[in-house]
Amino acid sequence: MANLGPADYSPYPVATYDGILTPPEGKALLLTDIVDEEVAMREIARVMLTSENATIFPGPQVLYAWNEEAKEKATLIKEMAEVLNAKMIPMYDYRPKYPKIDAAIEINPNHPNLTIWYNNIKACIFIGVHCHYANVALKIVRAETDCYTVGMCSLSGHEDAMATIRDQHASDVARFIKIAREVKQELGK
Amino acid sequence: MSIKNMTKEKNWSGQTMVSADHLLFEAPREKHFMTGSEVLKEAMKRCTVDASVSYPITPQSEAAHLIGELWAEGYVGTYFRGENEFGVMSSVAGCAMAGARTVTTTSGPGTLRAMENFPMWSGTRIPCQLVLMARGINSPLTIQPDNLEVSFLLETGCMIWYAENVQELFDMSIAAFIVAEMPDVHVPIITAVDGFFVSHTRESVMLPADDIALFPYNPYKAPLPPIDSEMPPGRFLRDPFVMKSNYISYATHASWQWEVRSAADRSRPYAKHFLKGLVHVTGDLDAEIVFVACGTASHQAKEANRELTKMGIKSKVVKLRTIRPFPHAELLEETKSAKYIFVPEFNIVGWLDKEVTQTLYGKSEAKIIGRPRVAGGMSMPVEAILKEVLENVKKGA
Repeated sequence: MANLGPADYSPYPVATYDGILTPPEGKALLLTDIVDEEVAMREIARVMLTSENATIFPGPQVLYAWNEEAKEKATLIKEMAEVLNAKMIPMYDYRPKYPKIDAAIEINPNHPNLTIWYNNIKACIFIGVHCHYANVALKIVRAETDCYTVGMCSLSGHEDAMATIRDQHASDVARFIKIAREVKQELGK
Repeated sequence: MSIKNMTKEKNWSGQTMVSADHLLFEAPREKHFMTGSEVLKEAMKRCTVDASVSYPITPQSEAAHLIGELWAEGYVGTYFRGENEFGVMSSVAGCAMAGARTVTTTSGPGTLRAMENFPMWSGTRIPCQLVLMARGINSPLTIQPDNLEVSFLLETGCMIWYAENVQELFDMSIAAFIVAEMPDVHVPIITAVDGFFVSHTRESVMLPADDIALFPYNPYKAPLPPIDSEMPPGRFLRDPFVMKSNYISYATHASWQWEVRSAADRSRPYAKHFLKGLVHVTGDLDAEIVFVACGTASHQAKEANRELTKMGIKSKVVKLRTIRPFPHAELLEETKSAKYIFVPEFNIVGWLDKEVTQTLYGKSEAKIIGRPRVAGGMSMPVEAILKEVLENVKKGA
């Protein structure tokens, strides 16, 4: 995650310009540190459980029944939302919808800040969003809001999120839910 | 050879599919004697290439013709000719957007004719490969190495790697697909060599057997779904965000550009692995005379290093294997002991000298000398490099 502030003349923080890259296989990225996956999962659960209007943003990869993995993940994400006491606001597709977007019920990668502002979201998880659109959105969210962002990615992760875990398939999402339950119990939430 | 159905183990030409690590580092190799164009054919033969498009004109390297032969032999999925270079690069984009592992080759003025396509390639995050056999763009034309066209490609958002010889061209052009196709990278790659010296001349090269090849590209691991005319990047190709004067549109456009640059930066660890470092260093490691070069200029710098050693003068050569992303950290590290940095180049503008100077500005006490600079159409004699070194060292003494 980049330092807050401009990268060159851009208003957007860009993690790679601070030398921060996606985490290696088997590891996660928490702010600027490469950590064990479980450490990141615990921190993500803690932040989601203690932040105002924590929200999961499921993307097209888990919203539509492309394959068995998508169906399995979608079911698990509903469970994850319950465990984290989180709302769900979908990212149905990637077409720009400004100014017509209904920010109460939808998020869009081209102007994700509108939804975060409207719903006063202080922590969020992007899951099932194609990497490029997640990265475009994460840079904008980082610059325009005070929302803690999590990239839960089935591929290589997202260094512009404040926390990212990579290679997250259905079994990993299930593991995260188990850890989140433990954290929830520890926090008495 | 007839096209076969692909199985889990065999590709459509019947080659056994192997990992890039196996193909590049583990498979036994045998010595051959080939031109750069022939070597590129051998590399593409082992890459399970889905599509290749070309517009071969004269004077040209044989590379595009030879990839066409691979199609006729059943190794390349489809091969066709564009109406011109712009058409070729547009067609390459179409093939890659459709999920095909796609390669083309070009050089010289053709590169500039197709220029608008290269930033479009990177903006659409396609992992195609352009093998650039650089030969300059100036009038009067030359087929001797002049790599001026590379300077025009530096800010297109594409990765650029530079091979010194046929061996590096073989290994790099295979690794290029693998790195470009990494889901967190997924931007186009330009593998450059100096035309004529590498494309037309014959050298020894170690090749693995041709009955093995890379696994195919998996478009389902792309960072974008297949695009349509409404969804960006499809949408912006006909209706750019920037044309809508509101801040939200600006946000997308700006963040998108940063993301493309970030994507190329994410290639560093992969390139380090497959190329065994973003730079390659030879000579005396603590030398005060350092040559920074790429391509065949680094070969000539190594010759100069040998001559200087005979004279009892220490020097070293830092050969840059990647130009985009530029190996800033590696260059700083390898020039720590430098008092004189020479940047020999095969072009008139000294684009590599500018890159080196910009990287080291305020961080190095060394005198940076952007010479000798051969303006195309001729070779770079070792004597020219030695003359620069001896004159500058004498002045500084």
